[in-house]
Amino acid sequence: MELQERFAAGDLDAFESLFRQHQGEVYRWVMRIVRDPAVAEDLTVEAFWRAHKAHGGFHPEANFAAWLRRIATNLALDHLRKRRPYVELPDDLAAEQKPDSAVQQQTRVALRKAFAELPPRLRVVAQLGLIEDESYAEIAEGLGISAGVARTRMFRAVRLLRKNLRRLGVHA
Amino acid sequence: MKKPMRDGMNDNMKDGLSADEFATMREQLRDAMPPLDELGIGAELRRDLWPDMRRRLEQPPVRVPWIDWALLATASAAAIFFPALIPALLYHF
Repeated sequence: MELQERFAAGDLDAFESLFRQHQGEVYRWVMRIVRDPAVAEDLTVEAFWRAHKAHGGFHPEANFAAWLRRIATNLALDHLRKRRPYVELPDDLAAEQKPDSAVQQQTRVALRKAFAELPPRLRVVAQLGLIEDESYAEIAEGLGISAGVARTRMFRAVRLLRKNLRRLGVHA
Repeated sequence: MKKPMRDGMNDNMKDGLSADEFATMREQLRDAMPPLDELGIGAELRRDLWPDMRRRLEQPPVRVPWIDWALLATASAAAIFFPALIPALLYHF
């Protein structure tokens, strides 16, 4: 019996094999959204836990990785919704300290703040697309939406980001 | 091959955003929040998460104690039979 068939039938060894195959990929994807290693680890485990609970509804011919990525993306989005509106990035994940003017530093801080104020469903698209350089197709697959919707969200995110920046006194 | 975002910036520009404005925003954002791959840290999983998963699988399911169900039933019955108590119940919840 194939691995995914065994997983769908509730076989724990098959689940462990799938976990070991996909944990790195799920972690990388979640990390791109939440940018916090500890949170990304927790959400990776939670995504697999939800997948394990839902094994009976999984179709063995379906794409396990894509299914798991959608579960993980939804969890990451929930995390962004619950998190405080503006959280400064940990030092190791913020931009490296560059020897430039105070104005440039202020612009960076304003950008991070304006970005954090975006609604999570727009922020996640902008983060994956503009910062992490993922394609519309990959973003759409991860979010379970069409590429057209991903594109629309991207433009709404950029427009809102510019508005937030103007409010903060930065003209981008 | 899937087209990365930087190559797709000229597609369907709308909402008054030009390709240049879009590109400028992208560059500024990447300057303020560099991609994880550029930082060289944090993007890769540093440890096996299976032991955590195992612990999660072995956790007993969360069960609501019977006393909570009894309290809920009592409160519901009180609200149905004595509606005047609802403000007092709301105050205590």
